[in-house]
Amino acid sequence: MTTDANTTNAVGPGSGEYGLIAEFAGAGEVLRAAERLRASGFQLWDVFGPYPVPGMSAAMGLKKSSVGWFGFIGGAVGFIIAMAGIWYLNKVDYPLPIGGKPFFSPFSAFPTAYELAILFAAIATFGGLLVLIGLPRVRHPLFGHGRFALATRDRFFVVIESADPNYHRENTRRFLETIGAVKVEVVTM
Amino acid sequence: MSDSRQHVRPEKETSGELSPEFATAPMGLAREPLITGYRGLEWISDEATRFNEGGAPSWWRAGLLVALSLLVLGVVIVAYLVTTGVGVWGVSHPVMWGWATINFVWWIGIGHAGTLISAILFLLRQQWRTAVNRVAEAMTIFAVLCAALFPIIHVGRVWYIWWLLPIPTSNAVWPQFHSPLMWDVFAIGTYLTVSILFWYLGLMPDLALMRDRARRPVSRFFYGLLCLGWTGSQRQWHHYEKAYLIIAGLATALVVSVHSIVALDFAATQLPGWHSTIFPPYFVAGAMFSGFGMVLTLIIPIRSLCGLENLITKRHIDLICKVTLATGSIVAYAFVVEACHAWFGGKPYERFMIWNRVVGPYWWAFFVAVACNFLVPQAFWFRKVRLNLRAVWVLSILINVGMWMERFVIVVGSLHRDFVPSNWSYYRPTWVDVCTFAGSFGLFFTFFLLFLRYLPVVAVSELKSIASACVWGCSSTSDGPDTRR
Repeated sequence: MTTDANTTNAVGPGSGEYGLIAEFAGAGEVLRAAERLRASGFQLWDVFGPYPVPGMSAAMGLKKSSVGWFGFIGGAVGFIIAMAGIWYLNKVDYPLPIGGKPFFSPFSAFPTAYELAILFAAIATFGGLLVLIGLPRVRHPLFGHGRFALATRDRFFVVIESADPNYHRENTRRFLETIGAVKVEVVTM
Repeated sequence: MSDSRQHVRPEKETSGELSPEFATAPMGLAREPLITGYRGLEWISDEATRFNEGGAPSWWRAGLLVALSLLVLGVVIVAYLVTTGVGVWGVSHPVMWGWATINFVWWIGIGHAGTLISAILFLLRQQWRTAVNRVAEAMTIFAVLCAALFPIIHVGRVWYIWWLLPIPTSNAVWPQFHSPLMWDVFAIGTYLTVSILFWYLGLMPDLALMRDRARRPVSRFFYGLLCLGWTGSQRQWHHYEKAYLIIAGLATALVVSVHSIVALDFAATQLPGWHSTIFPPYFVAGAMFSGFGMVLTLIIPIRSLCGLENLITKRHIDLICKVTLATGSIVAYAFVVEACHAWFGGKPYERFMIWNRVVGPYWWAFFVAVACNFLVPQAFWFRKVRLNLRAVWVLSILINVGMWMERFVIVVGSLHRDFVPSNWSYYRPTWVDVCTFAGSFGLFFTFFLLFLRYLPVVAVSELKSIASACVWGCSSTSDGPDTRR
C-alpha cells in the first residue's frame, strides 16, 4: 500500500487485488453509506454484517428476491407428481379394489399430494436460495482478511471489488472515508 | 437502556430518531426486556456460545452417559423385538395398538410446539421466539425421529418397511393411497425433512459465527464446512430472509396437517372413541399443548445450566406458560365436546365408550389425564406460578405425563372393550414395552445433549437483530450505538 500510488492506482481484476474493505462503526452508519454508494454508481459492492439491517435492501437498491418462484414451482411440481403418480399407481398400473372405493379419488389422494407439495416447495426454496446466493463456497478472498471474521460478530463492512469499472484504489478509498468508513484496507485475492 | 426497550422492530429505521412506537408508548406500560444486562452485539455472541466454547461440564458428561446407556438399552431391546416378534410387547387382541402407538403419537405431538414456535410465531412477528426457537426446533427434529421409530418397529417384519414407499418392485403391487397410514408415511417424512431444512437454514449464519470464533483449526474447518461458506453479505441476507419466511410459511402448513393426518389414522376407523370428526383439530391442539410442556421441561434447566439467563429470561418462560394455558384450554374443551358428542349422538356404543372411560377398568388413566391436562394448567393463570421456575418445571412434567395418559386413554381405552363382550380384555404392557420407551428417551437426549454442546443453542443473528433494532430506536442519547467501541 505504501508503493507509489500514482502507478498502482488503476488496478484490474488480474492484479491480485480483490478490492477495498471499509469498516463502519455501526448499522446506522453503514446504512447511510450504502445509500451514498448506490447513488455513486458502483456495481460490484456489498455490505457485510452480523444480521440483516432493516432497510438495507432498499438502500442498496436490491430487486425483490426471486426465491419465491423456486418454492412455487417446486410446490406445484410436487403436487402434480403426487396426484398423477397415485392415479397411475392405483388406477392404471395395478388397480386395487379397496372397500368398493373408486380406484382414484382426488380426495383420498389429497393428503399425500399436500405433503409432497410442501416437501418439494421447501427443498426447492432451499436449493433456490443456495443457487441465488452462490453457496456452498469454500474459498473466498475475504476469508483471508483478518478483520473480516468480525462481520459475523459485531462489525459492519462495505467491500468494493476491484473488478468494478469505477474502482480506483485511492479515489475509492477517499470516497469510502468521506461516507463514514472508520478504516479502509486492501483485500488481496 | 434496557428499561425502555420495547422490542418492536421499527419498519424502516434509517437514523437514530425515535420510531413512532417508541415515541408514543407510555413509559408506565414498558414491557420487561427480552434480553437482560445487554452489553452490545458481541456480548450476545459470548453469552450464546459460552456453553459451546468452554470445557464440557460434568453434568453434561453425566447426562450424556445416562442418555447413551438408555440408547444402548433401546438398541438391544429393538434387536430383541425384531428377532423375536411383536408378541414380546403386551399387545394382543383386541388391544393391537399399545404403547408403540401411544409413544408414536406422544413424540410426534411434542415436535409440534417446536414448529409452532419457530414458524407460526415467526409469521406473527413474536420476537420472544428468537431466544427459544433453536432449542424448540432441535426438540422437534429429535422428537420426530423418536416418533418415526415406533411405526417402523411395530410392523413386526422391519425388513419389509420399504413396502410403504412407492418403489417399483418385482412383485409390482403398489401401496394403496386410500389409507391414512400411507398418508402418515408422507406426512412424517415431509415433517422431518422440512424441520431439518428450516433448522439448518436458521443455523447457517450462526455456524458462520462459530467458524469465526473457533480457536482450533479443526473446529474452524467443520463449522466452515457446515455453514457452506456464509459471509453475512447483504445480498445473501436479502434472499435468505425471503427464503426463511417462505419455509416458515410451509412449516406452518405442516403444524396443522401432520397431526391431523395422525388423527385420521384413528378417525378413519369405525371404532367408537376414534371415529370422530373432532379428532384432527383435537390432536393438533393436544400436540401443541404437550409440545409446550416439553419445551418448558427442557428450557428451564437449560437456561441455568448453559448460562443463558440473560437471553432466555423469566419473561420467556412466562409467555410459554401462557401459550400452554391457551392450548391446554382447547384440549380441555375437546374433552368436553367428545363427551357431548357421545351424549347427544344417541349411539349406544359411543355412550358406553365414554362411560367405560370414566368408570371402566382404566378409570385411573382417565383421571390422571383430566387432572394433568385440565387442572394442572389452570395454575398458569397466576403470575406468581408462572414466574416460579421450579413450580413451572414440575407442572410441565405433569403435563407431559398427562398428555401421554391422554393418548393411552384414546388408544387403549377405546380398544380394550370390543363390540363383543367375549373379546374384552385388560391390556398390560410388558417390560419390553417399558424398555423400548426408555430407549426412545435415550435417543432423544443423546441427540439433544450433543446439540447443546456443538451447535449454537440460541439464534444469535436473530437476537442481534432484535437487540439492535431496539437499541437503535433508543440510541439518540449519549449511550450511542452498541457496535461502537
